[in-house]
Amino acid sequence: MRTNAFAATAGNKPDSSGSILWQALRSSLVFIVLCGVVYPLVSTGAAQLLFPREANGSLVKDGSGQIVGSALIGQPFKDPKYFQGRVSSIEYNAAGSGSNNYAPSNPALLERVNTSIAQWRTENPDVPIEQLPIALITNSGSGLDPHITPQSAAVQIPRISKLTGLDEAELKQLVEVNTEGRSLGLFGENRVNVLKLNLQLADRLAGKSTAPQVKG
Amino acid sequence: MEMVQIAVVVVILLALVKPLGTYVYHVFSNEANWTDKVFGPFERLLYKFIGIKNRDGMSWKKYALSFIVTNLILTAAAYLLLRLQWIHLFNPNGMEGMEATLSFNTVISFITNTNLQHYSGESALSYFSQMAVIMMMMFTSAATGFSVAIAFIRGLTSRGQTIGHFFEDFVKAHTRIFLPASFVITLVLVALQVPQTLDPTLTVKTLEGAAQQIAIGPVASLESIKHLGTNGGGFFGVNSAHPFENPNPLTNVIEILSMWVLPAALPYTFGRFAKSKKQGWVIFSAMMVLFLVCLTTVYAAEKAGNPVFGGLGIDASQGSMEGKEVRFGIAGSALFTAVTTAATTGSVNNMHDTLTPIGGLVPMAEMMLNVVFGGKGVGLINMLMYAILAVFLCGLMVGRTPEFLGRKIEPREVKLIAVAILAHPFIILVPTALALLTDAGRAGITNPGFHGISQVLYEFASSAANNGSGFEGLGDNTTFWNISTGLVMLLGRYISIIAMLAVAGSLLRKQPVPETIGTFRTDNALFTGLLIGTVLLIGALTFMPAVALGPIAEYLTIR
Repeated sequence: MRTNAFAATAGNKPDSSGSILWQALRSSLVFIVLCGVVYPLVSTGAAQLLFPREANGSLVKDGSGQIVGSALIGQPFKDPKYFQGRVSSIEYNAAGSGSNNYAPSNPALLERVNTSIAQWRTENPDVPIEQLPIALITNSGSGLDPHITPQSAAVQIPRISKLTGLDEAELKQLVEVNTEGRSLGLFGENRVNVLKLNLQLADRLAGKSTAPQVKG
Repeated sequence: MEMVQIAVVVVILLALVKPLGTYVYHVFSNEANWTDKVFGPFERLLYKFIGIKNRDGMSWKKYALSFIVTNLILTAAAYLLLRLQWIHLFNPNGMEGMEATLSFNTVISFITNTNLQHYSGESALSYFSQMAVIMMMMFTSAATGFSVAIAFIRGLTSRGQTIGHFFEDFVKAHTRIFLPASFVITLVLVALQVPQTLDPTLTVKTLEGAAQQIAIGPVASLESIKHLGTNGGGFFGVNSAHPFENPNPLTNVIEILSMWVLPAALPYTFGRFAKSKKQGWVIFSAMMVLFLVCLTTVYAAEKAGNPVFGGLGIDASQGSMEGKEVRFGIAGSALFTAVTTAATTGSVNNMHDTLTPIGGLVPMAEMMLNVVFGGKGVGLINMLMYAILAVFLCGLMVGRTPEFLGRKIEPREVKLIAVAILAHPFIILVPTALALLTDAGRAGITNPGFHGISQVLYEFASSAANNGSGFEGLGDNTTFWNISTGLVMLLGRYISIIAMLAVAGSLLRKQPVPETIGTFRTDNALFTGLLIGTVLLIGALTFMPAVALGPIAEYLTIR
């Protein structure tokens, strides 16, 4: 019976550092599995079941059903007949988000902005730079900003109208349709999704260019 | 409109403090209550797995030993997983094993709840690492911090009892707070377009016909615990500025509130433990006052914009938009910045390196003070440490033995607090000086002039405060920066926690002194003022010279 009594006291004695090590090991294992495997996999399963479109990156298709990107991720638009997004030092590479992190006092920042202004002047001779909004010529934090401000879209209308032959009023209406308001009317800022806007612009252009061809 | 949306978020927070603070009290008071019915059976299963037979209270030394050993084992496991990444499951993008010093930095960063990231998630981690290393440590480090804070509160408030059982607190923090809350927030975020998938990086043909690679993955499940646990490490390199991590203003508000609400509720929980809700509100008010000053400053500075652009003739009326996202604007960015460095989360929805000088000074100051709400538990511990110090200073002035919550504050406690308070500036300023003196340190600087000093100062302030945000331009994935910040993060986390557990252990053993008419009251507005004064006095004395060389000098050169 002596051995039993000894076992009982040993069992009641939680103070040995050996038992701490043992408990720490076992609790580590439990939470690696629970938090590191079970939780994310169950989350993934539930997300895929409940919200498959959102869970897979909110992909956007063009008129022919071809996937052309994600509604959340900005794209580079080199052709001046499209609405341009914000500056991106990574050229909208969504596999390597980032920016140059220029400090406000960094001369390279001023240089880049001056280049943008000069480019604006040549591409948009009809719109004075007093109307050029700062958001359009600054680098977003992610380098992937899908949005521009409504004003940034508005100042591009004269150029696009000239290059495409589309009516300014029509373009203005297109921008309005693609302007998202504040969430719940309160949070965030009014904004225009550049990809969605350009998709509709491309549709109009396709319609316009095929129309004369049919006539001809 | 901008002010209104900020105010609404603050009001929602205020409304959540009491119910959540009460809930946390119920979870950890160890008195029987309704939460036991819901979570008890599952927890008993976990206790069985872990091998906990009884849950008697521990001495402070045993409590400290338990959490340190657990953290050590988790860190070792995580290090191995990162190094052996190439053999993993769930690695559709074929990531290689992580380099040794970067792995060292990463595991310390996550186990200390700092989440400083010298890697970029989309190009360095497999999905398995994001889950089993990053998410796992986001849970366990938050639960550790929370447990220690509760233990400290028990030491301060319970009469002759113990500070609790570490493994019980650790389990409950997971089962009753972090796991269920994270799961719910994950689903809400997915509904609001945050991705959650195991598919590899997508390649799409853009409208103009170019190929675009889009990194994706189990983002939402990381995003929720990243904020709830005040962790802050992003799935992607640019963190919550990335449209997949934070796609719209609603997710922005949800992320702000989920990182803010637990640290803000803890003072109320403390009040419940102390049987004086007023005492909790006094601490909360001091934090809130400091926070509002910081928030106003960063918002005003960013709204005013970068003076360098003033003479260009463009329309710069929106404010400083460099490094910010259109969907958040100035208000949503400034609020996020103020909250993430107050709550020592360290996630960012705009690039702090690009903030105007005074705007960038705010997050730096919040990390230097390290008491404005603060990360999981540690902020409250620090604020209580300052509260004891304030009592001590007042005691000196009126010539009485200082008391806090009916315990005499004596040399042993004051010495331990002095160690903790002095450690913080020491591990920021000394490494900053070292980095500026050495080529290896200076090599990381990417912005010229005074801002370069700010980059270095910010990195170490962030490491020491276990915040994890950065002036991200800093080229910090080098041996020098990986090792130096790794060590600072370790010291920043464990010195103050251990010192404060020791204080809790020593207060626990004291005979309560009866309250008399001569007792210095710590539960009124006067004490809130004294507390703020103590924090600012010590903070200003310590950090003013360094701050003058960085952000203030930069401000003066470009204004």
